[in-house]
Amino acid sequence: MTATLATPMRPSGAKTRINDFSIQVATVNGSGSQTANTVLLRAIFQMGVLVSGKNLFPSNIAGLPTWFTIRASAKGYVARKASNEMLILMNPETAKEDIAKSDAHALVIYDEPLQLDKLREDLAYIPVPFQKLVTASCPEPKLHKLVKNMIYVGVAARLLSIDMEEVKKAITKQLKGKAKAIEINQAAAVAGYDWAMENIQDQDHIKVVRDDKTQGLIIVDGNEACALGALFAGVTVVGWYPITPASSLVETFIEYAEEYRKDPKTGKSNVAIVQMEDELASAGVVLSAGWAGARSMTSTAGPGVSLMSEFIGLGYYVEAPGVFFNVARTGPSTGLPTRTQQSDVELCAKCSHGDTQHINLYPGNMEECFQFAYDAFDLAERFQTPIFVVTDLDLGMQNWSSRPFAYPATPYDRGKVLDQKQLAEIKDWGRYKDVDGDGICYRSLPGTPGGKGSYFTRGSGHNEYAQYSEKPEDYLQVVDRLKRKYETAKTHVPTPVFRNLGSPKGVLAFGSSDPAVIEAQDLLAEGGLKTDYLRLRALPFTAEVDAFVQEKQVVYVVEQNRDGQMANLFRETYPEFATKFKSILHYNGHAIDAQGIVDQITAFEQQ
Amino acid sequence: MTTATPAAPTNQLGFTKQDYVGSKSTLCAGCGHDAITAQIINAAFESSIEGYRVTKYSGIGCSSKTPAYFINQGWGFNSVHGRMPSIATGASLANRNLINIGVSGDGDSMSIGMGQFVHAVRRNVPMIYIIEDNGVYGLTKGQFSATADKGSHLKNGAVNDLPPIDPCTLAIELGCGFVARCFSGNPKQLNAILKSAFAYQGMVVLDIISPCVTFNNHDASTRSYKHVKDHDFPLHDLGFIQYSEVEDVEIAAGTTEVVAFPDGSKVAIKAIHEGYDPTDRFGAMKAIHESMAKGEFLTGLLYINPTQPPLPDVLNLVDGPLSSLGESDLKPSPEVLDKIMKDLM
Repeated sequence: MTATLATPMRPSGAKTRINDFSIQVATVNGSGSQTANTVLLRAIFQMGVLVSGKNLFPSNIAGLPTWFTIRASAKGYVARKASNEMLILMNPETAKEDIAKSDAHALVIYDEPLQLDKLREDLAYIPVPFQKLVTASCPEPKLHKLVKNMIYVGVAARLLSIDMEEVKKAITKQLKGKAKAIEINQAAAVAGYDWAMENIQDQDHIKVVRDDKTQGLIIVDGNEACALGALFAGVTVVGWYPITPASSLVETFIEYAEEYRKDPKTGKSNVAIVQMEDELASAGVVLSAGWAGARSMTSTAGPGVSLMSEFIGLGYYVEAPGVFFNVARTGPSTGLPTRTQQSDVELCAKCSHGDTQHINLYPGNMEECFQFAYDAFDLAERFQTPIFVVTDLDLGMQNWSSRPFAYPATPYDRGKVLDQKQLAEIKDWGRYKDVDGDGICYRSLPGTPGGKGSYFTRGSGHNEYAQYSEKPEDYLQVVDRLKRKYETAKTHVPTPVFRNLGSPKGVLAFGSSDPAVIEAQDLLAEGGLKTDYLRLRALPFTAEVDAFVQEKQVVYVVEQNRDGQMANLFRETYPEFATKFKSILHYNGHAIDAQGIVDQITAFEQQ
Repeated sequence: MTTATPAAPTNQLGFTKQDYVGSKSTLCAGCGHDAITAQIINAAFESSIEGYRVTKYSGIGCSSKTPAYFINQGWGFNSVHGRMPSIATGASLANRNLINIGVSGDGDSMSIGMGQFVHAVRRNVPMIYIIEDNGVYGLTKGQFSATADKGSHLKNGAVNDLPPIDPCTLAIELGCGFVARCFSGNPKQLNAILKSAFAYQGMVVLDIISPCVTFNNHDASTRSYKHVKDHDFPLHDLGFIQYSEVEDVEIAAGTTEVVAFPDGSKVAIKAIHEGYDPTDRFGAMKAIHESMAKGEFLTGLLYINPTQPPLPDVLNLVDGPLSSLGESDLKPSPEVLDKIMKDLM
């Protein structure tokens, strides 16, 4: 076949977008499309092209619309791109709206009976007889609904010039070990490919060309990366309660724990995992297990953190360690449970009533999800306090390519814990005495023999010896020391990462915004505006952050919430520079994209 | 010539009773809770409990202050209102060698903490869960609690229109293997039950009627000393025999039922209430409901099943404390990470 599929109104002679495009797949949730989409993503990845996938799914089990976006980028940009060059429309409910919203010149693969080709004249239509193809390729009618999706993978593979061997390999990988399912799905993909080969013309709008950008890389999501960090950090007690988008963090941990945390001889487990009755009880288990010497954690999202707030304050005041993963979603209230947002910045910074301040870690990629999860257990025990690892749905549940994780070489830091011998030698031990001047006191663990070191901890007022006290001087001694402890944390938390193009203008972001900010920074530079980018990785703010704020004329704070919560923390921390902070916001539930950042910064610059 | 002070008696560990006391109580003089504290001290001393292994948990309320008043050798954690059970759960998993005592009240457990109570019982968390039950919120100055009897009066004359929640039938329903009700004014019975509770491996629910002398000890209260004394129907005389003493104690045959614990200890039960079998779950439920209908407080060991696996066994945990595991026990090797990374490629 030699003729080229005409893309109406696309300027003739326009360059083919090689390894640089987005595909949006519209399906009905519960139809098995996630498997097909992951196969397509993996096949492109196996072609050596950097690729990212975003699943835009509803809070529902089956029957509602869902969209999956795959972005390939030769330059390595992995943020969501707002425009799409290919649409695959399988959902009759949304097809017309998807067409209406489409960018011009897009290739539209759709189910033939939907008859979409009259809706717009500036799109290239590829009607596919899915039912006919699935009937011919799959002998089992009850599997037709699930296998149908694999046909569009074959069609897309043909259109994009993806090697079918890579598609087959991706199916084998995705359906690990299920021989029959592999066979049926491969047959469906091949049926789609062969049909496209015979029936549709080639196109020159977008193409995949084999590259070497993914050599040695892994594909993983942030929840799995965090679960692995916790596995290597030696977590011993997990109390949790299911919530989207945080459940898969603990669920993945459970799978790894089955394999790597059981005594091979006795089959006994060295980690206790309990699905609690709610988030409150989960927080109680985490803090008391930490108090008793375990490495403990939970995984939750915004509504769960709200419920845990009372306990988090208790943990702060009694000084009990514990790791709290918050995989944030779109708030307020129940909000959009399956959509992403950096919604809980202020909540996690100051969770609970009274004066409280918490150490927060913000991983910005998969390697950091792994490493910061590992580090969080050290920080929890070093600082004897609840630690938040704050990610979001975009990091936690989407597919990301990443370098393989480096083995965490640093030994566990179990913090200032006194054993029987040390307790015996100390004359005047007080649980809340600041012996070293860093605000961190020495603790003992319940069950330590020898008759020394016992104490009674309480969420009510207490003195250095953990005795009940309402005296102003005792109260101040403890809460002022807690502030000192937080100051000490500034030299222990991850420092920011810089991407400086040499400019007095600063951009500041954190977490899942990173890929979009990098791309935006390049787009702005192409347009003549250079920026210096600081990616924040923790609270409290470190000396590097102080310096950046002082040096820059303006600091554009990019974040994914309505109220500019991080900018608020900056204005509060640096009141003398309050007017420097300009909020660049994205909060509609979709993953952040570069163009929105560019547009907002440009608007500020033109003022 | 001076008279030598006679040495205080010691237990098998060489400790005196003084080694099991705590700080001075700040509760009202005559409070039933102090009588319970005294029996915890006696029972721990007599059972030769290793104080360093004891952990004491509580929520919020008058009852929740009491863990500070006993066993100073142990560690205490006074947490937040209604959340004591999850605190006990986490610590008991971190270190399965701990001896866990939770003290709560009827407000702390039967209202705000109902969810956590129910689920801790359901999970068979290894702990003694004491509810110091006075039918009233004392620390906030005398509001009704959820265990207050229908028709009972507050000091100010207000009448309770709602039916009570009974912690004991609830605990039996949830599968608890050791459920007892006691009266703080019956030290002998309380002592035997507490010593049995120390020998039990799993969730022990003790509902101890403990009159509030300040807010709920008037004539119209069903939780006053007088009312409870008049309506207390002990089920049996209990004798607890620790595993170390089993050889030396003869148990009269016939009217006495003996329940053996996994550690070898035994509790001898001499029935007073005819036909009551504490190992019969449904019979126990029926008898409690019948006595409640008559306005009686049936006290004693209401139900016992000594062989239910506690939570650490249900989770199939390793034998030693998780808290004592170190990096060499917990951190997978570089080869494991390498294998996982290869699988993700």
